[in-house]
Amino acid sequence: MTEAIEAEGLIKRFGKVSALDGLDLSVETGEVHGFLGPNGAGKTTTIRILLGLMRHDGGKVSLLGGDPWSSATALHRRLAYVPGDVTLWPNLTGGEVIDLLGRLRGGLDPSRKDELLERFQLDPRKKGRTYSKGNRQKVALVAALASDVELLVLDEPTSGLDPLMEEVFREVILQEKRRGDRTVLLSSHILAEVEALCDRLTIIREGRTVETGTLDQMRHLTRTSIQAELTGPPDGLATMAGVHDLRTDNGKVRFDVDTDALEPALQTLVKVGVRSLVSQPPSLEELFLRQYQKDELPKAELPKAELPKDVR
Amino acid sequence: MTGVGKLIRLILRRDRVIMPIWVLVFGLLPAGYYSSFQGLFPTDAERIQYATVSADNAGFVALYGLLKGDSFAVLTNWRAGFVPVMIGLVALLTVIRHTRVDEEAGRTELIGSTVTGRHAPLAAALITTVGACTVLGLLTFAVMAGQSGSTSGSLAFGAELAASGWIFAAVAAITAQLTSSARAARSIAIVALGVSYALRVGGDISALGTGGLSWLSWVSPLGWVTRIFPYGPLNWWPVVLSVLLSVVAVGVAVYLRGLRDLGDGLFAARLGRASAAASLSTPLALAWRLHRGLLVGWTVGLGLLGLIFGGVGGSVLDIAQDNKGLTDIFARLGGSSQLVNSYFAGTAGIVGLIAACYAVQATLRLRDEETTGHAEAVLATSVSRFAWAGSHLLFSLLGPALALFAEGLVSGLVSTSGNFGDILGGVLLQLPAVWVLASVAVLLFGVLPRWSLVAWAAPAACLLILLVGETLQLSQWLLDLSPFTHIPHLPGGDFSATPVITLIAVAVVVGAVGLVGLRRRNIPD
Repeated sequence: MTEAIEAEGLIKRFGKVSALDGLDLSVETGEVHGFLGPNGAGKTTTIRILLGLMRHDGGKVSLLGGDPWSSATALHRRLAYVPGDVTLWPNLTGGEVIDLLGRLRGGLDPSRKDELLERFQLDPRKKGRTYSKGNRQKVALVAALASDVELLVLDEPTSGLDPLMEEVFREVILQEKRRGDRTVLLSSHILAEVEALCDRLTIIREGRTVETGTLDQMRHLTRTSIQAELTGPPDGLATMAGVHDLRTDNGKVRFDVDTDALEPALQTLVKVGVRSLVSQPPSLEELFLRQYQKDELPKAELPKAELPKDVR
Repeated sequence: MTGVGKLIRLILRRDRVIMPIWVLVFGLLPAGYYSSFQGLFPTDAERIQYATVSADNAGFVALYGLLKGDSFAVLTNWRAGFVPVMIGLVALLTVIRHTRVDEEAGRTELIGSTVTGRHAPLAAALITTVGACTVLGLLTFAVMAGQSGSTSGSLAFGAELAASGWIFAAVAAITAQLTSSARAARSIAIVALGVSYALRVGGDISALGTGGLSWLSWVSPLGWVTRIFPYGPLNWWPVVLSVLLSVVAVGVAVYLRGLRDLGDGLFAARLGRASAAASLSTPLALAWRLHRGLLVGWTVGLGLLGLIFGGVGGSVLDIAQDNKGLTDIFARLGGSSQLVNSYFAGTAGIVGLIAACYAVQATLRLRDEETTGHAEAVLATSVSRFAWAGSHLLFSLLGPALALFAEGLVSGLVSTSGNFGDILGGVLLQLPAVWVLASVAVLLFGVLPRWSLVAWAAPAACLLILLVGETLQLSQWLLDLSPFTHIPHLPGGDFSATPVITLIAVAVVVGAVGLVGLRRRNIPD
């Protein structure tokens, strides 16, 4: 497979502040790629570099086989972008903005537009200043999705949408995915959305890539929670590599276990004798939080990473 | 009405800078006119001559109203005839700002959820605005009573200014109830002010002649307040009428507020087009949508200025013939010996500076587009940075050209003296200097985007140089900093192509550096 987006060791500084510090990102053609990271991790900066709006200070980057800075205009014909914070011209209607952006991009499919307007329940006749945040987001989404382009760059596209509309968004993206020739870069905070849509994902933190791979690969990095009622004492479990937070209480045990250590741990339990067993699969949530707050980040900042962008 | 006190404090806190400024400026302006008239007309004969000529000059009467009398106090009150319009404008803007703007932004909702009555925001906005206008009137009363020595006259003068504020504060209270958009509410109130002004102008001009339509002034609140004649045939009735109108309007506003829900207007927000016209498909078409209001506004505004400058041009000779001070002023503005020519050359310079403000404002639209995120949306499509910036710059370069043309055309047509072609040419000749100031804005936007607003310093500096340059005997290199210094003074002066070509070259180079900077920088920065 060819790469729609390829970034290696990307560096971007704003004065003395380093926004990107050796970021790697590789998005294959035809996949939906999740782009995750806490606020301020550098997601929007990366996207702006990919769009040729900002120039990188170091590293390599290519977009749809071209240089995003020097051939921006030509590349933009082949992509559509939904910014994280959509603002509309106050005196243009939503419908006018959709048509205008589509035409500036090189044309849009009118029947597809009508279908999307219908599905997102958006009234295109209202003036830009009267739309709520969610409806502004819908305007940008319809404009992007109705364009016949190879690459969709979506920066937290569902922030401000209600759960019903989030569901519509998922359906539409899954539909795009089935076509097979469209690539989607989806920056998001909503894990259920990433889990439902993305083939692969990249997690970044403080301008660096900390994890990248398929969801399954990622799950290997997480732990399964086990609760069991045993017929005898859990000998040997406490000293076993990969077993964490073991608690025993009157014949019952609870522990978390690394994915690699799952099999030996279960064998140990079976040897002792199992009366009942509950296992909780690794959740992306847990992975996400562990990556976000890894080592140096103080505990106090933990809740911040969970806040969606629009709460700021 | 619960919570009004707290809301009043909030308004005073938010407006703690701007409100004292307008109260002081408009309240003390008449005193300024008084002393400048004293300096301008050292002898009675000169003053009476000026009053006689002005009373019959349609341009002056249109701008300031009827002149009845020739004392310094009468002249001051008459010369301040446009101040009620300004006070009305400020009052209506203040009321809309603290009612519909807050409501549209959702701040009223936040406040409404605390312990405040439904009518409290409107009441607080009205009390502060009416209060500020009253203080303004008292200020004028105090300083004018001191200068003119007439207590009752000065009290009426103060009432004239305060009443114009009261009326339009109350009008704005009504329009704020009508639409859900603050912009529309503001526009309706400003149209009411404009109609009121137009009616007064019509009535007063008619009164100069046969007087058949002079009743028009009595339909206009601005007509009422300029017919108090504080130091002439004093008439208190307009004050009574103004108070009555204000009270009734406030009552209507309160009634309308009771009819509607928070956030709604009495008129439903109008729906627009569901899809764009076929023409809206290029960056230029988008720029046209974003600039057309500005273009029409400035062109009409400068056209009206042309009406005044051209109208006054006819009587320049009469007024200035016997007055050394005025002759000096016009000579300073133009530098030519011929009075009418130097008058039109001088006004051309002023009009050029005003057009430069338009050019800077239109150029800085680019920065607005960038900070609001609109630029990002456009530049993520296949529009290049040059195409995007270029389509806006077309309006900042040709917009002022059209506005200058309107001024030159109207003033040339209206004026009874001077040559039409020369007047128009003198105005259009300002264009290279206007472009230089626009290019400074392009340079800042391209190279130092965060300092874009500093571009306003350029027209401000040019104005300063124009106003005080010769008087303070500034050295030539300082005067040369203003591009307007280099423009040939026409009509009357000698035309030379060199400065015109040089200024255009400077504008091209400076603007090109700005555009190269734009190509190389981050967006948004």
